[in-house]
Amino acid sequence: MTENRKAPRPGRTPMREQPAAERKKNFTEVPYGYNLEEAVAEASRCLQCKKPLCVTGCPVEVDIPGFVGAIAARDLRKAVEILKGTNTLPAVCGRVCPQEEQCEIRCVLGKKGTPVAIGNLERFAADWEREQGEARMPEVAAPTGRRIAVVGSGPAGLTCAGELARRGHEVAIFEALHEPGGVLVYGIPEFRLPKKIVRVEIDNLKKMGVTVEVNSVVGKLDTIDELLAEYDAVFVGTGAGLPKFKDIPGENLVGVYSANEYLTRANLMRSYQWPESGTPPVKSKTVVVIGGGNVAMDSARTALRLGAQRVILAYRRSGDEMPARKAEIHHAQEEGIEFMMLTDPIEVLGDERGRVRAVRCLRMELAEPDASGRRKPVPVKGSEFEIECDTVIPALGNNPNPLVPRTTEGLKVGKWGNIEADSVTGQTSREGVFAGGDVVTGAATVIEAMGAGRRASRAIHDYVMARPPKRK
Amino acid sequence: MFEIVSNELIGPQIYRLRVRAAKIARKRRPGQFVIVRAAENAERVPLTIADSDPEAGTISLVIQAVGQATKQLVALRPGEGIRDVAGPLGHPTHIEKFGRVVVVGGGIGTAVAMPIAQALKAAGNEVVAIIGGRSREFVILEYELRQIADRLIICTDDGSYGRKGFVTDALTELLASEQFDLAVAIGPVPMMEAVCNVTRPPAIPTVVSLNPLMIDGTGMCGGCRVTVGGQTKFACVDGPEFDGHQVDFVGLRSRLGAFRDQEQEAHKQLDEKCRLK
Repeated sequence: MTENRKAPRPGRTPMREQPAAERKKNFTEVPYGYNLEEAVAEASRCLQCKKPLCVTGCPVEVDIPGFVGAIAARDLRKAVEILKGTNTLPAVCGRVCPQEEQCEIRCVLGKKGTPVAIGNLERFAADWEREQGEARMPEVAAPTGRRIAVVGSGPAGLTCAGELARRGHEVAIFEALHEPGGVLVYGIPEFRLPKKIVRVEIDNLKKMGVTVEVNSVVGKLDTIDELLAEYDAVFVGTGAGLPKFKDIPGENLVGVYSANEYLTRANLMRSYQWPESGTPPVKSKTVVVIGGGNVAMDSARTALRLGAQRVILAYRRSGDEMPARKAEIHHAQEEGIEFMMLTDPIEVLGDERGRVRAVRCLRMELAEPDASGRRKPVPVKGSEFEIECDTVIPALGNNPNPLVPRTTEGLKVGKWGNIEADSVTGQTSREGVFAGGDVVTGAATVIEAMGAGRRASRAIHDYVMARPPKRK
Repeated sequence: MFEIVSNELIGPQIYRLRVRAAKIARKRRPGQFVIVRAAENAERVPLTIADSDPEAGTISLVIQAVGQATKQLVALRPGEGIRDVAGPLGHPTHIEKFGRVVVVGGGIGTAVAMPIAQALKAAGNEVVAIIGGRSREFVILEYELRQIADRLIICTDDGSYGRKGFVTDALTELLASEQFDLAVAIGPVPMMEAVCNVTRPPAIPTVVSLNPLMIDGTGMCGGCRVTVGGQTKFACVDGPEFDGHQVDFVGLRSRLGAFRDQEQEAHKQLDEKCRLK
């Protein structure tokens, strides 16, 4: 019977990675990446659809069959060219994009088996180029005489800056911290996104003529109005950087850190290299992370690597509702993070010195779906219990950073403090001011912010070219 | 790089650094702070701007060398530079004509109190300044404050200079016989707390300037959160100045000590290394 059937299509090529027992003790990147043969094998699985559905799932519309086909043909230079035609940061996206809900979920192969590993292939091509040394620069158009200020150097700002530089504009990026990259350097841990990759991408922008001013807190040092006096347009991509807390008693005790603080200490300030780096790491025996998103996973896995003996992730819904990527949840579980589902912390308890000693929690159960469409967690009566711990990390999301909205007159903001901007052009209520990324949408993904930066760059180009340049 | 223009010792382990930062010097208002990083890999340290000279394009920072990061900063010589200076951060002090104002400075808090006293005086207030330190050599900026304040009271804990006792003793005495419309207290947390306890019964509005642990200074880390009037505030974007009568000083004190054990351990390790070399 079987001989009449076609040979089954080979499954997805797995990516080799550091064993869990080893990697939980270091900050080195977890997956090793494909080698050439693995990449070619995986790329050859692509059906090269005439009407590729995968592309419709990509916020920046990468020509996926194009670059995958080039890898299959072993023409890596061409693969990179195609990728970079629409995506300025492929090495980053190949690592942190949620491909499983964007491009890969739409892959026809996924209907009966496993979709093409588009993310892994993107990463492979971008890494190959970087390892060649000199990256080939995209062509830069003749100077237009227009100057554009980009506020914030996260995914939205970097993408917008790159696209505008390509069109011949003079672009200056203003970054508040001492190192550019935004969430790519302060938030996402080294073991998921090596900082070297971000630095190379930023160096590439500089080679295209983009300038980067670090330590420039726009809103405090320069206001948007002052920038507008010098620049033909301003793009605001200041992100969602104001951490939310749970507003429960005890949250200001010593030992409670927002995920932002916890991750910034480890990533941007490299506290894991302390005391060679000046910033001390948070030392813990037992850590309770509150939340179920990617940032919660990053915090929990960082805690393990900083030497915690036990790391518990408390999430008030069930595993099905967890917003984190499946791959991240899987990695966290492999490394030994304890998942306490349907657990809602209601108070942080301290000792006589004001330091965390435990978290009091309620058990939850799921009722009818709520406004988010997810089943609403409700407390189980009399289910209170305590988890003994010395560190608590609320990873509950962020509100948009308030510095620019607070200091820019006439800039319309929404009810969460987000800047109101057109979803296609990024145009705000102020002429010449465009915005995109998390400061507009609230905390979302790297690629969505990049998509917004890219779309805004087109609108900014049209806007500045329709007017005479400010600088004569 | 932000060039060090001068570096002078003004008290025991207390240094005044003039740093070239033209834009910040132009923009800064009294009460605001900067975050500095001495060198690559160094810690980010929040420091209140003590003074600025917009024409020379410099800001002054008064630094007490207590930890690794501050020791690294005060070791910089003129001509060398601080790698990163970001600011001006936080809200400036609210300055208007209140009437009679008493400004209390303790330790290096005096350096922060000075420009505020200056601005209050310029706004038409009568300013009485009280400054103090453990002993004579810890009293800083006496000359500068004499130029600014209508009256200057100096206290030392050991009586080696001025009157013997704490700044709060002098303040209590002053309030017994005189009326004030505003008090400004800047110094170590126990001192600011004690001042607030003195000004609470006569209901004198009291402004304190807080300097909790923080990393970015732009609202991102939330490490600087402090409870004010039962609500959580971020000192970096909501402060650094708050109504002292509303501040939870107990919580503030314990949060300031969050990394003390580890920092001491780091000192030991580094000292050890230096000895081995």
